Amino acid sequence: MSYFIDRRPNARHKSAVNRQRFLQRYRSHIKRAVEESVNRRSITDMERGEKVSIPTKDISEPSFQHGPGGRRTVVSPGNKEFAEGDRLRRPGGGGGGGGSGEGQAGNQGEGMDEFVFSLSREEFLDFVFDGLELPHLERKQLQVLEETRPVRAGISKEGVPARINIVRSMREAQARRIGMRAPLKRALREAQEALDIEERKDPVLRNPARIDELKSEITRLEKRIASIPFLDTYDLRYNHLTHQPMPSNQAVMFCIMDVSGSMTQAHKDIGKRFFLLLYLFLERNYEKVELVFVRHHTVAKEVDEEEFFYSRETGGTIVSSALTLVNSIIEARYAPEQWNLYVAQASDGDNWDDDSSTCLELLNESLMCKLQYFTYVEITPHAHQALWEAYDTVRAAYPERFAMQQIVQAEDIYPVFRELFRQRAQG
Amino acid sequence: MTRRKPIATGSDWNFEALESYERAIAELAREYRLDTYPNQIEIITSEQMMDAYASVGMPIGYHHWSFGKQFLSVEQAYRRGQMGLAYELVINSDPCIAYLMEENSLMMQVLVIAHACYGHNSFFKGNYLFRTWTDASAIVDYLVFARSYVAKCEERHGVEAVEQLLDACHALQNYGVDRYKRPSPISADEEARRQEEREAYLQTQVNRLWSTIPPVVSELAQEPLHDHENDPLGLHRHGRYPSEPQENLLYFLEKNAPLLEPWQREIVRIVRKLAQYFYPQRQTQVMNEGWATFWHYTLMNRLYDDGLIDEGIMLEFLQSHTSVITQPGFDSPYFNGINPYALGFAMFSDIQRICRAPTEEDREWFPDIAGSDWLETLHFAMQNFKDESFIQQFLSPKVIRDLKLFSLVDDDRDDSLQIEAIHDDRGYRRIREALSVQYALSAREPNIQVWEADIRGDRSLTLRHVQDRRRPLGQSLFPVMRYLHQLWGFPIKLESTEEGDIVRRYQWPIPEPTRESA
Repeated sequence: MSYFIDRRPNARHKSAVNRQRFLQRYRSHIKRAVEESVNRRSITDMERGEKVSIPTKDISEPSFQHGPGGRRTVVSPGNKEFAEGDRLRRPGGGGGGGGSGEGQAGNQGEGMDEFVFSLSREEFLDFVFDGLELPHLERKQLQVLEETRPVRAGISKEGVPARINIVRSMREAQARRIGMRAPLKRALREAQEALDIEERKDPVLRNPARIDELKSEITRLEKRIASIPFLDTYDLRYNHLTHQPMPSNQAVMFCIMDVSGSMTQAHKDIGKRFFLLLYLFLERNYEKVELVFVRHHTVAKEVDEEEFFYSRETGGTIVSSALTLVNSIIEARYAPEQWNLYVAQASDGDNWDDDSSTCLELLNESLMCKLQYFTYVEITPHAHQALWEAYDTVRAAYPERFAMQQIVQAEDIYPVFRELFRQRAQG
Repeated sequence: MTRRKPIATGSDWNFEALESYERAIAELAREYRLDTYPNQIEIITSEQMMDAYASVGMPIGYHHWSFGKQFLSVEQAYRRGQMGLAYELVINSDPCIAYLMEENSLMMQVLVIAHACYGHNSFFKGNYLFRTWTDASAIVDYLVFARSYVAKCEERHGVEAVEQLLDACHALQNYGVDRYKRPSPISADEEARRQEEREAYLQTQVNRLWSTIPPVVSELAQEPLHDHENDPLGLHRHGRYPSEPQENLLYFLEKNAPLLEPWQREIVRIVRKLAQYFYPQRQTQVMNEGWATFWHYTLMNRLYDDGLIDEGIMLEFLQSHTSVITQPGFDSPYFNGINPYALGFAMFSDIQRICRAPTEEDREWFPDIAGSDWLETLHFAMQNFKDESFIQQFLSPKVIRDLKLFSLVDDDRDDSLQIEAIHDDRGYRRIREALSVQYALSAREPNIQVWEADIRGDRSLTLRHVQDRRRPLGQSLFPVMRYLHQLWGFPIKLESTEEGDIVRRYQWPIPEPTRESA
C-alpha cells in the first residue's frame, strides 16, 4: 500500500512569500547592513549578493522559558574521570550557567547571537536603490520606439496554432459543411425518391438496370457526403496580433569626472565609486537611459565606460571644457525636446583661476534651461573654492533642478548618492 | 535461508529499484508486525526539501515571516556546507507522507524508506500519544483550511494585522495544548462548516462574560440565571473566575479575551490546534528516532542477509548509520546535547538484548521483560510510553555504562557544581530519574496557568507560575507578556509561586512609578 510520486517538477520557491515577509519585517536592519556593505565594497564589487547579519535578540520569537538560577540537574554522556560527590568550579565565573554542555559556543566562526543569511544580488540591489529615482523625468516626444506591445488586430487566415480562434474556425467549418453538402443531399433525396417509385412499381414493370443505377448513385452520394471533413485547414482562423509601439521616456545621463592632477588616487576612487553606483542604479531601474561618459582635465573627452572607470590620465583642470563638450553633444545628438537630460559631475573643486565664472555662464546661459537635473559632488576634505561658489549661485537660481553635495570620505558616497536621488513628492 | 540476487547495486537509484526495495521492506515489516499507514513517498529536490524544512514539516502552511527566517537559516547553513540536509522528512498523516531527496544515493533511499516509511510511520500509528492527540487522516485537510482562512483574513484585515496576531499566538503556542483532556479531532470539513456558526456563538459567550450590567438578582426567582444551563462557566456566581486554573492559555484567550474579533479568535484556534498536533512529537523525540533507527538497522541487516543488497551498499549503510548514532562526549567540540538517535537506538537495542540474552543484572532490574518475546516487548514499549516514562521504565544500567552518563547538579545556592551520580551501582537509579525529568515537558517548560481574570474589577488577567526547583523565569518573559496584553487587551499580571507562596510579581504594562508615589 505504498506509492511513489515524483514531485521534482513541482514549483520551487514555495517559501518565497515567507522569505519576502521576513525581509519586509526586518527592512530597517537589512538596510543598515546594506549601507555598511556598500561603503565597504570595492568599486568592481557591486554585482553580487550580500551576507546580512541581524542580532538574534532582535528577531527572536519569545516564549516562556526558565532563566538562570535555581537548582537544575543535567545528565550528560562521556564521563571520564568524575566520581560521585566531585565538586567542580562553575564555568564562566559565577554567572550560574546551565552547567556543562548546554549553550557552548558554536564552532562555526560566527557567534550564536547573530542571525546570518544571504541576500541574492537582486535583493541586495533592491535594497541599495530602494526609494531612489531620477527627478523630473518627463514624457517627451515618443520617437525611439523600441518597445512595442502586441495588440489584437482582428482575425487572419494564417497564424500559429497557439492563437487559433476556435469559435471562428468552427463557424467557418459549419458554413462550409452546409454549403458543400446541400447539393449532394438534394441529389441523394431525388435518387432515393426515384428508387422508391421504381420499387413500388409492379415487379413486371420494374427496370432492374435502373434500380442498380439508382442504388449505386445513392452509395456514391453517401460516400461523398461522408467524405466532407468536419474541419478543414481552410476553415481555420487565427487571432491576429500586431505590434503597437509603446510610449517611453527617453533619458540620457552625462557623467563628468575630473581626472586632473589635483585629484589624488583616493579622490578618483571615490569619484568612480559614485559613478558606478549611479551606473548600476540607471542600468537597473531605467532600461531606456543612455549614458555618456565625459572625463576632463584641461581638455574634455567623451570616452566609453571601460576607459571612464579604468584609464589613468592626468593634467591641469578646466571644468568648462567638459561643460562645453556636454553642450555640443546635446546639440548634436540629444535634442532637449525629445530627451530628458541629466548631468552628474564629480570634481575636487579645483579649477583654473577664472574658469569658474565661465562655467557659471555656460550653465546659466545654455545648459540649465535644457537639463532636467544637474548634480554636482565635490570630493574634498578642504574648504570650498571658486567652483563651489559659482555653482552655489546656480543652485540659488534653479533650486529644483540643481543639487550639490560634498563627499569627504568613502563612507559619504552612499548617503550623498541617496540624498541626490531620493524620491521627491510629485509636484 | 536462500540468498537471493541483489535488487540493484551501485549508488544510482531508479523508480523500479525503489519500488522493488519498498516491496521487500514491506514484506519484512509485516513479518515484524510493523503496522503502518499507507505510504506516500515523494521524490523532491534539495530546494524543495529546504522549503519543507522551513515550514516545520507541514506540507502546506499559512504564510508567516518566521517560516521565512527558518528557510533563510537552513539555506545559509546548507550553502556553507555546514549541514547536510536531513535526507528524510516524514509527516504524521494518513497516508503517511515521506520525502526522499533526489540527491540521495540508492543506499540512502532504501535506508530512508526503512527509517521513515516503516519506522516513523508505525510509531505514528502505534504510539498512544499520537493515537490520543492527533488525527492523521485530517491533518492535511486542516492545514489547507488554515492556510486559506489566514489568507482570507490577510486580504480582509491586512497582512500586518494578521502577522501581529500570529506573532502573539506563536509566543504562546506551547501553552496552547490540553495536556490531559483529549481534544476533539480536527477535520477540515467540519471546521469550515462550523466556523461561521462558531464565530457568532463565541461572541455571544464573550459578550455575556463581559456584560457590564450586573445581573439583577431576583430573590423570588431563586437566581434562575445561575443554574448550570444558563451560566455554564459560573460567571455570575461569586468567586474567582475561572474557578479552576487553566493550563491552556490560548484556549482561555480564544474563549474569553474581551476585545478579540471573531476572525482573531479563529486564528488563535488555528495556532492552538496546530500546537496540539505537534504536542506528541515534542514528547517522543528519543523514542520516535530510536524506534525508526532500530528498525532501519534491523531491516537493512535483513535485506543484506537475504542477499537483496550487496556488500557495497551494506558498507555504505554501516558508515552512515554509525555517524547517525554517534554520541560525542560532553567535553567534545562536537557535543550538542544528548543525541536522541543514539540514546533511542541504544535503548531499543538493549531491550531486544534483555529479552534475548538477559544477564543476572537484567533479571534483577527487569524481571518482567528479561527473557520475554522481544518483538512483543518492543511493540509494547513503543505503544505505551513517552520519552519521560520510557526512560524511567527502560533505561538499563548497561546503557548508562555504555554512554558513561553522569549527572551534575547546578544549584545557585552552592558555590560549585557537584557530580551527583555516575555510572555505578549507587548512581544508576538517580541518573535514570534525572534523565527522565530532563525529558519531561513539564520540567522543560515553566508551569504557567491562568489564575484569575478580574471580570468585575480592572479586567486584568493574572497568571500563576509554579516554580520548579526555584528556577525563575527567563528574560523572554516580558515580550511574551506584551503579546498576552495584546491578545487580552487589559493589564497582565504574573505571579511566581514557590510552595504556595508568591515569590515574585510581574506586570505588563509596567505600572508608572509616578502614579504610585502620588
